[in-house]
Amino acid sequence: MRAADGLPATPDAPVPQRQVALIDLLDRLLSSGVVLTGDIVLSVADIDLVRISLRALIVAISDQHPAPWAAETPQRPGRP
Amino acid sequence: MTGPTLAYTYAVARWADGLDQAVGAVTGVAGCRVHLVRATHERSLVAAVSSVPSGDFDEASLRRHLEELPWLEDVARAHHGVIEAIATHTTVLPLRLATVHLDDGRVRAVLDTRQDAFLDRLAELAGLLEWGVKLYVDAAAAPPPPSVENLSPGRAYLRHRRAEQDLRQDSYQAARTAAERIDATARLHAVDRVRHRVQLGELAPGPGTNVVNDAYLVPAEHAAAFRTDALRAADGLPGVRIAVTGPWAPYSFATLPPEEEASP
Repeated sequence: MRAADGLPATPDAPVPQRQVALIDLLDRLLSSGVVLTGDIVLSVADIDLVRISLRALIVAISDQHPAPWAAETPQRPGRP
Repeated sequence: MTGPTLAYTYAVARWADGLDQAVGAVTGVAGCRVHLVRATHERSLVAAVSSVPSGDFDEASLRRHLEELPWLEDVARAHHGVIEAIATHTTVLPLRLATVHLDDGRVRAVLDTRQDAFLDRLAELAGLLEWGVKLYVDAAAAPPPPSVENLSPGRAYLRHRRAEQDLRQDSYQAARTAAERIDATARLHAVDRVRHRVQLGELAPGPGTNVVNDAYLVPAEHAAAFRTDALRAADGLPGVRIAVTGPWAPYSFATLPPEEEASP
């Protein structure tokens, strides 16, 4: 991977070079990232087929599965 | 490329020296080359785009392909490779997987329309990295309860069940403690957090059950300290495991204000 230690902010490359886990990547690519509209052919944002077809494999887009105590933790960390 | 093509768009970024060469050197989705499309007036605003065969990326094909895990993985990894290549040079705003426009002109029109929103968000994300922090409960990794001698099979079974339940409860309590420590670390180092859904299913790496799957936005100068402290959050807590992934480009924080606000 060309990866992580190339990022400008990690001079000492804290993460060893290894392939990113697909599930971590799909968390980010299927449920986050800017969604653009306008003349778009298809955006995963609009479709639920991934939820249906790949549920058993990834569950990247699914109902919330909060941690048992999620309600008790603050929603956002404080700013430094 | 022969035949009709569509414009697969990976990310929006602020142009920087060397960016053209960087995206030129990486292979995009479907083995396609990657190029930059510039906004019409704000020349520092660019999108990374590949011309992809419409036979594989039009709506019907995409719907079909996205159900094929090997295809999805290839596209996801290629998309990620482009994001990483951009991130080595400049601040990047990753787009959702499979953002496909009709052609480069349409991509440029989107850049122009939302120019200020893109520039604002890119400015906010400058110098920030994303870390993934996952918390696992793995009761099997905790020390086993002491075995009890001289019990009838029925009583031994009940005792065993009880001990298992206690162990699970203890592990969740320990995980909660670890989560509180991570919150404290985040208050010191992070500026934002997004909760992803916990990872389930065949692709979820074990051992243990994923109970927290968060992403934190951390200033570069805090990155190493955040990671170190997050990994320490499970110290002394049997049955709890922490995995930190990254640093990532700020995927989980790549958001724009709703489009209505952008238009008068």
